[in-house]
Amino acid sequence: MANGEFLEFEDVSKYFGRIRAVDGVSLSVRKGEFFSLLGPSGCGKTTLLRILAGFERPDTGRVLLNGRDITALPPHERKVNTIFQSYALFPHLTVRENIAFGLRIEKRPKKEIAEEVERMLVLIQMEDQAEKYPDKISGGQKQRVAIARALIKKPQVLLLDEPLAALDLKLRQRMLMELDLIHDEVGITFLYVTHDQGEAMSLSDRIAVMNGGIIEQVGTPGEIYEAPRSSFVAAFIGDTNFFEGRVAEVVGGEYSRLVIDGFPEVLCFNDKHISVGNPVYLSIRPEKFHISREKPETGNRHNVVQARVEDVIYQGLMTRYWVRSGEYRISVARQHSRFLLDETPIRWDEDVWISWHADDGYMLERYSESDEKLVSLPPENIGEVNGEGNGAA
Amino acid sequence: MKNRRSVLEILVTLPSALWLAIFFLVPTVVVMAIAFKPTNPYGGVGTGWTVATWLSLGNPSYPAILWRTLWLSLLTTAASIVFAVPVGYYLARIRKRWRQFLLLLIIVPFWTSFLIRIFAWKVLLHPDGFIKKGLVFLHLAGDGASLLYNPWAVLLVMIYSYVPFAVLPIYAAAERFDFQLIEAARDLGAKQWQSFLKVFLPGIRRGLLTAVLMVFIPALGSYLIPDLVGGPDSEMIGNKIAQRVFVDRNLPHASALSSLLTLAVLLPMTVVLFLPGRRGRPDLMAGEGK
Ligand SMILES: Nc1ncnc2c1ncn2[C@@H]1O[C@H](COP(=O)(O)OP(=O)(O)OP(=O)(O)O)[C@@H](O)[C@H]1O
Ligand SMILES: [Mg+2]
Repeated sequence: MANGEFLEFEDVSKYFGRIRAVDGVSLSVRKGEFFSLLGPSGCGKTTLLRILAGFERPDTGRVLLNGRDITALPPHERKVNTIFQSYALFPHLTVRENIAFGLRIEKRPKKEIAEEVERMLVLIQMEDQAEKYPDKISGGQKQRVAIARALIKKPQVLLLDEPLAALDLKLRQRMLMELDLIHDEVGITFLYVTHDQGEAMSLSDRIAVMNGGIIEQVGTPGEIYEAPRSSFVAAFIGDTNFFEGRVAEVVGGEYSRLVIDGFPEVLCFNDKHISVGNPVYLSIRPEKFHISREKPETGNRHNVVQARVEDVIYQGLMTRYWVRSGEYRISVARQHSRFLLDETPIRWDEDVWISWHADDGYMLERYSESDEKLVSLPPENIGEVNGEGNGAA
Repeated sequence: MKNRRSVLEILVTLPSALWLAIFFLVPTVVVMAIAFKPTNPYGGVGTGWTVATWLSLGNPSYPAILWRTLWLSLLTTAASIVFAVPVGYYLARIRKRWRQFLLLLIIVPFWTSFLIRIFAWKVLLHPDGFIKKGLVFLHLAGDGASLLYNPWAVLLVMIYSYVPFAVLPIYAAAERFDFQLIEAARDLGAKQWQSFLKVFLPGIRRGLLTAVLMVFIPALGSYLIPDLVGGPDSEMIGNKIAQRVFVDRNLPHASALSSLLTLAVLLPMTVVLFLPGRRGRPDLMAGEGK
């Protein structure tokens, strides 16, 4: 509680036999925050959520809520409520009875329950569906009932486990906005689990990126996108190009010169102060490149590399160019603007120059084997896996 | 399109409908008809029609027997359900390999003749059997007391015989039950027993209903069990029917008693099944849930 921390995981681990589902996680969530756990399938997000809800006992560590150690409390004594991925609405109860369930268990006065349920029905705009059974309402409505059923308990933290995963794209976007509104309205802490970076980016105050049971990075959506701390984060969040290199020289404290095979020396921001001689990856996002026929000015911390266009894909919002320079196939994204339409567009097989500012590249130390694997993925794959939610930030 | 489908449906259901009609409906009607026939001295049925048999059912020994049949069957049903619900819950939760093994244990007794299993109980409960001796040794029973030939022996063996019929449908329902609903209830503040009562039991109610019918109906018609382990004070309606057929050779009387039993089962069942439930509620008899 010292510095406004509201929910804390302290060195929490959970093993299932050999599998380290959650591996020494420490995490602090502030009061009222919309906090997301983001990571690929099987990285331990659900397990961490279930530890907080009380369905799993951690093998090590503690969970503190509002300064109180709740690690050993049974689920029904915790002031947290969960929205399950499958909603888990009670099929034998109507919408109204489902929402009332938590208060009925508390044996609250009938009149009070009726009023609270009515308030919730208004909040989720389902007053006219109150007498229906769950099998007679749509997926989005089930979702809203699940939210109301949890919110009526006035939890200190609301846990959401991939609540939108079962909905189609259109509905998902609408529920995304509704969730955001509800969060603003009720003002309680949301802990949101997802593997969809677009969802996490657009909703969260802060995001924890998880991988293999550990937390790779915690930060605001902007920090995570612009300043990834590991190549896993860089590749998982949005689209990126990786270049293998070595630090050759430190320039003026904050910048370093890198040697990359087949490239001229490039300048890169080095806030992590990686020292000379270390192997690194340079990560540059496709939209950070500038592409042109004429050689742009160098200097002013701009890097320029010559390349040949291998593919041009028109994507509506932008055009994606696959260009080759040495052994690298680089993804470059360029947004359209009105005046560019007058220009002769860049075509397949043309020789071009790509340039980027030193601040737009990120150096990542190569330290784990999973990084090696990640980087060796062909860039197309990375683009496909993560391309969907791009630009949602 | 729709028409073709319904034709197909009729074709597919026809064999079982015919089977039911020939082997179930027709015999029932025949039995009911015989109840309205006079007797003949050779144990057959006479000519003409009469309601005399029905009037003779007022025999003062019947109400006591009917009452005993009813309470023995109800107790058997209740005990079987109470036993079967935790077993079904447990079976649905354990690992698959164990589950198959335990299910096998439940089914294994059926590989032995029903008659032999009841005789086995006669041996177990015999005055010189080890159960009796054990109870006497523990001063829980007097030396002269008999474990056999009383209504309690009948009840015990009935429960033993019918429990599997309760376990199987309840297990089947529990296996389809979404146990995340229990977590949801716990999450919303329910203690373990509350989530069991308010979510698990309603969730398997179709299985419960099936189990009740599967135990109660055959229990009402029990005849071998009271005959073998019961005494004169533990006769059930089934014994009376058998007696009318084999000893008194009075077919119409036996038929009247059987009809009475059939009606006693059918009437409450019809009421339960066709009672209008709460509107829109997933119906008990509707097809499988999701
Ligand atoms: N009850 C369990 N028994 C054994 N292993 C489990 C159990 N629950 C989870 N695991 C394992 O722990 C790891 C983390 O699982 P978890 O469900 O937390 O992942 P997740 O991040 O929620 O994935 P997803 O996005 O697919 O839901 C996985 O490897 C999973 O197989
Ligand atoms: Mg999960």
